[in-house]
Amino acid sequence: MSSACRERTNGIARGGRCRRPGVSFGAAFAIIGLALLLAACQRESRPFETPPPADASNDEIAMSPNHPGPGGPQAASSARWEKYEQSAYEVAEGKRLFTWFNCNGCHSKGGGGMGPPLMDDKWIYGSSIENIAASVREGRPNGMPTFRGLIPEDQIWQIAAYVRSLGGFVRKDMAPSRDDSLSARPAENRLPAPRPQQAPASPLSGQGKP
Amino acid sequence: MSGSRLFVVCLGILAAATVSCIARPIRPPATAAPPEDGQWVMPAKNFASTRYSGLDEINTKNVEKLEVAFTFSTGIDRGQEASPLVVGATLYVLTPYPDILYALDLTKPGAPVKWKYEPRPEAAAQGVACCDVVNRGPVYGDGRIYYNTLDDHTVAIDANTGAEIWNVKLGDINIGETMTMAPLFAKGKVFVGNSGGEMGVRGWLQALDAATGKTVWKAWATGPDKDVLIGPDFHPFYKMDQGKDLGVTSWPPDAWQHGGGNSWGWTSFDPDLNLIYYGTGNPGPWNADMRPGDNKWTAGIFARDADTGAARWFYQWSPHDLYDHDGINEQILLDIDWQGKPRKVLVRPERNGYVYVMDRITGEVLSAKPFAAVNTSLGVDLKTGRLRMNPQKAPQVGKVVRDICPAAPGAKDWNPSAFSPRTGYLYIPHSNLCEDLATAEVNYIAGTPYVGAQVTMKAGPGDGHRGEYTAWDIAAGKAAWTINERFPVWSGTLVTAGDVAFYGTMDGWFKAVDARTGKVLWRFKTGSGIIGQPTTYRGPDGHQYVAILAGVGGWSGAIVAADLDARDRTAALGFVGAMRDLPAATTKGGMLYVFRLP
Repeated sequence: MSSACRERTNGIARGGRCRRPGVSFGAAFAIIGLALLLAACQRESRPFETPPPADASNDEIAMSPNHPGPGGPQAASSARWEKYEQSAYEVAEGKRLFTWFNCNGCHSKGGGGMGPPLMDDKWIYGSSIENIAASVREGRPNGMPTFRGLIPEDQIWQIAAYVRSLGGFVRKDMAPSRDDSLSARPAENRLPAPRPQQAPASPLSGQGKP
Repeated sequence: MSGSRLFVVCLGILAAATVSCIARPIRPPATAAPPEDGQWVMPAKNFASTRYSGLDEINTKNVEKLEVAFTFSTGIDRGQEASPLVVGATLYVLTPYPDILYALDLTKPGAPVKWKYEPRPEAAAQGVACCDVVNRGPVYGDGRIYYNTLDDHTVAIDANTGAEIWNVKLGDINIGETMTMAPLFAKGKVFVGNSGGEMGVRGWLQALDAATGKTVWKAWATGPDKDVLIGPDFHPFYKMDQGKDLGVTSWPPDAWQHGGGNSWGWTSFDPDLNLIYYGTGNPGPWNADMRPGDNKWTAGIFARDADTGAARWFYQWSPHDLYDHDGINEQILLDIDWQGKPRKVLVRPERNGYVYVMDRITGEVLSAKPFAAVNTSLGVDLKTGRLRMNPQKAPQVGKVVRDICPAAPGAKDWNPSAFSPRTGYLYIPHSNLCEDLATAEVNYIAGTPYVGAQVTMKAGPGDGHRGEYTAWDIAAGKAAWTINERFPVWSGTLVTAGDVAFYGTMDGWFKAVDARTGKVLWRFKTGSGIIGQPTTYRGPDGHQYVAILAGVGGWSGAIVAADLDARDRTAALGFVGAMRDLPAATTKGGMLYVFRLP
């Protein structure tokens, strides 16, 4: 997100990384104007290149909170949630691909069917974007097929980001707000945030906290 | 009662002009419904599929005293659609995935397990089963129990020892193919078909040699005539079903290869005509705009030579099906006097909402009358045989069409009806559901759903009841009585010589009703909703028993069995929209209940 963002916002903002504005600016007018610009920028930023296929093994995300021996479970995030969930574009692309690859055939609009629901607070194989991307890429033993080799890696992460929005993990100004067809459940950006004990491995962005 | 006496009685009744008269009672052919032997060796009870038992120890006078004889937990808490079988002194119970077969010893107190057989199907098969991981039952023949597994095996098990005799793989879960139907055993053959109409799986039915499992013949439901086993003996009654290679030409190029037409329902057999009868499922995808044409040979019925598979006739219930109205329901083979002439007929309460009475020799439709709320069609044209569709309810891509009745599961889904020769009624367990439907383009990706439709279901006309249990007077062509149920009636039913009919509800009531009046005579609350098929038998002690599996699930009960999220009304292909109050009414389970008189 940052490089595209920097290009578009040079000369307006402080340059460098595209962030939510602080409170140290002068006129409220400027703050609001800038905030809108920057928020819009961040929300809409689009990469101009598709990144090369990532090495999934770098995303060392535990699926269990239990960890025998000293130390806690490995929970380091790849920080990819930031790229994919902090962009309305990526999440919207995920929503489109969710139908394109027939995810909706099993998971419906998140309520489930042949596959489990994605909008409730039960995450059998973990709720982090890494866990979800791994579920799509590798499949899971009780019926989730593996889409490795069928869905490009970048699109797997877009789909995972969209699935996170069904779970209420994605900030409300990033999550989609409407369906183009039959409206049969609350829009993604109106779904409730997950309960605290279901906190994901990557930070919860639904409350606007970094 | 002799024909002439009945005729006189009829004249008297005719004066009152209330009942239509027939010269003879309606009966199944004797060869397809042998005299009562106290067993229950196939889910349909007999080849005619009457699900009628000649036992009458339990009857309208004493049924209120029924009590539990014994129970058995299947250990699996998904939808239990199977019919228990009773052969000799053994009761056989088949679970949903992982499809475990139990044999219970009826000679001992509490009916302990004699043996169990575990086929260990692929766990991944669960992900391609459209409508819960159900199994509709085993069948007995020649000392063996035969059944299908979710991952496309058919197995033959020694009925005495539980040893596997053969095990053949007939399909591939990688293309979304599963097997959920109960086989039919007849003439040393086992007839099996595949499921997968929601995954773009091409349908087939095949006959296996019961001794070896080897395929004797295989008939596809789409494609060129040679694949469909259509040859010189094929004489469909109506013009719409006549022509060369219609299984190709009634589709856009190559669409027949993913066109569905799966045979996941019921097969009947007429030994006199040596014909088997079975239906084909919905065409794929549900979005009908992607498959202009009649989409042969989906959503119809075949009559085939039992030995060679050669098609004799075909009739299409729903040409170019718009609503997922599979044509796989049970057909009851009956001999009847129709307008003064004896006819060999089959009677089908069909998913599209009509009870069809058809000549089973020729495939001619004698009558088609609605038994539920229908606005998708305006009746059947008996000249052309064609269902007259209602253009106002035709789906269109990009548009939401509202209040379509019946909904995708139809006026009646898979769960089979029963026929009593004592009343002349067909006992139909069914639904009262409508839906909103939006269709969309869909990609074919092997092994994923090929549907292209968003559906939300709701209660049909009335007070919000979603199920009905109807006694249909076949001779009169109308309902004799109907019992409304809160939830869709997703269980099978049976009727007995004691004039008692049994069925179960999705909130867990197992009911006995008076077969003549519909009065509820007895009911028992089971631990979980009932979607199974009841069985009645004479135990080794000489007394009559009634058995039912409780355990909610199936398409209708997926919201409970699979913990679906009620906030999404499109979940489970739209069924969740109509079932959002089910989780408050029942919980998961898997328990056999067997009842007897004290």
